[in-house]
Amino acid sequence: MAIKSNPAFLTSYRLYVALFFVFLAAPLLAAGVFAFNDSLFPSLPWRGFTLDWFFNDTEPKLGMFHDRRLLRGLYYSFVIATGVSLLSVFVGTCNAFLFVRCEFPAKDFLYIMMVLPLVIPGVILGISILLLASSVANGVEETLSLDLDFLRPGIVLVVLGQFSFITTITSLVIVARLKKFDQSMEEAAYNLGASRVRVLRTITLPFLFPAMAAAGIVAFLVSFENFNTTLFLVGSEAPLTITMYDRMVKVGSTPVLNAVSFFLMIGSALLALISILVQRDAPKT
Amino acid sequence: MKQTDIKRLSLYLLFAPFALWIALLIILPHLGMLYISLREKVGPRVYEFGFENYINFFNEPIYWNTLLRTGSMSLLVTVLALLLGFPIAYYIAKIAGNRTRGALFLMCLIPLWVSDLIRAFGWILLLRETGVISSSLQWAGLIDTPIEFLYNDAAVIMGLVYTVILFMIVPLVSTLDGMDNSMIEAGYNLGGNGPTVLRRIIIPYAMPGIVAGCIVVFMLTAGSYLTPILLGGKNSSWFTEQIYDQFITRYNWEAGAAFGFLLLGFTSFVVWAGLRLTGQTLNSTVAKS
Repeated sequence: MAIKSNPAFLTSYRLYVALFFVFLAAPLLAAGVFAFNDSLFPSLPWRGFTLDWFFNDTEPKLGMFHDRRLLRGLYYSFVIATGVSLLSVFVGTCNAFLFVRCEFPAKDFLYIMMVLPLVIPGVILGISILLLASSVANGVEETLSLDLDFLRPGIVLVVLGQFSFITTITSLVIVARLKKFDQSMEEAAYNLGASRVRVLRTITLPFLFPAMAAAGIVAFLVSFENFNTTLFLVGSEAPLTITMYDRMVKVGSTPVLNAVSFFLMIGSALLALISILVQRDAPKT
Repeated sequence: MKQTDIKRLSLYLLFAPFALWIALLIILPHLGMLYISLREKVGPRVYEFGFENYINFFNEPIYWNTLLRTGSMSLLVTVLALLLGFPIAYYIAKIAGNRTRGALFLMCLIPLWVSDLIRAFGWILLLRETGVISSSLQWAGLIDTPIEFLYNDAAVIMGLVYTVILFMIVPLVSTLDGMDNSMIEAGYNLGGNGPTVLRRIIIPYAMPGIVAGCIVVFMLTAGSYLTPILLGGKNSSWFTEQIYDQFITRYNWEAGAAFGFLLLGFTSFVVWAGLRLTGQTLNSTVAKS
């Protein structure tokens, strides 16, 4: 194929590609491997294999499954990610039907508006939502002396902040799938006397389901690993990334952070695998 | 109900979530931020309309230097990501066999599923004074004393390239994938050599992907927070750090909002200029990939 013939060139090209993948893997390996090093610091030399950083229950080698704060972070991350993924798949599905099936004025412009949140820096999304929520909360408190707690930094704001740009991702995934749908299948069902709701439930939604599931998993993962937007909206219920960052800055790096990293990498890999498997029958989106 | 009524009703029902999302979480917060950035504090709880927050920014060299530094380093990261990523994308789309292609593409995506924090953490473990690279070099006898590879601009740039390069490779692979191999062969048959075919056929064809990748990479880099702070340390002076500082440390929301807008305006301007220079539109690039 292109830029062909010269074998020396092709070999060095292959070498470059291989080096690139080493570069991609290196920090992940470093983060994962030191979880199993029997030492108080995540660095060389290697002092033997241990699972203490996962399961040990005493200081100074407190394992992640006995570390209250890390577990609480994991729990909040899970709650937030579940909320974000359900909400963003719902709105993403509505958006897909809106942009694929409906005709309305300024459609192209609104489509750009839909893509836009993805390119706004996460920090800006975070502060702008924080500002609006706090202003509204302050205003309500002053005029009606009503304390709207959910508008203060906390779980609700974190979910909304992450939802604000993750919905773009879910919408794009589901739009791509819905575009491939053959509308004559719906028409056939109508001709056979099916109602709108029934057609939606038995034909269109099952067709969309793989994309919805994949979008939900992507949303879950992106939410789980988000830091920039969350940083400004977080209250006392800190999700895992924030807890880890705090730990890194205040205590310094200990192998328990490697253990958490390893755990998260395995979890993400499994979820990513599931999302590939559900989409398998579908052509690549 | 008539058929058109049903259609209209479902349009409204489908439009409602979209409108709520965009209006309440994107447009209103940004308008609110604009409004707050245009307030001047004249006394406790007393505000006046004015541009003081913006004027302060331009009067204080530290602020606009940080923004310029962030912008130029982000451009450098974008260029590096393109130069390093293009051969990889080309390899995946055109040279690798059908089987390896999928595997390589998936491998490219793996870091995407890992948090920024963990990636930066991994680099810290590799690069710091007691880190893997420094101690391996010592062990190999190449250096006598530990070397600190962290906390400099090179580490920040490398970390950023690492974080964003996937967003360059993915759109490039999908545009190059759609390219017919016969176009490349025709180029060779007409007597073109490798570089000519690359410059005259492949790059023009891949332009939408290149531009889309560059836009996303630039925006992500300029808006990134973790990587510059963790890998650059105290001296990273990234603009998002200034914003965080104004908001959280100094509690000066007016200045923070103004800084936020400046970052947004600056990055949008760079993207707009890039689109103009390459003759592409947002619709033909980002929206497609």
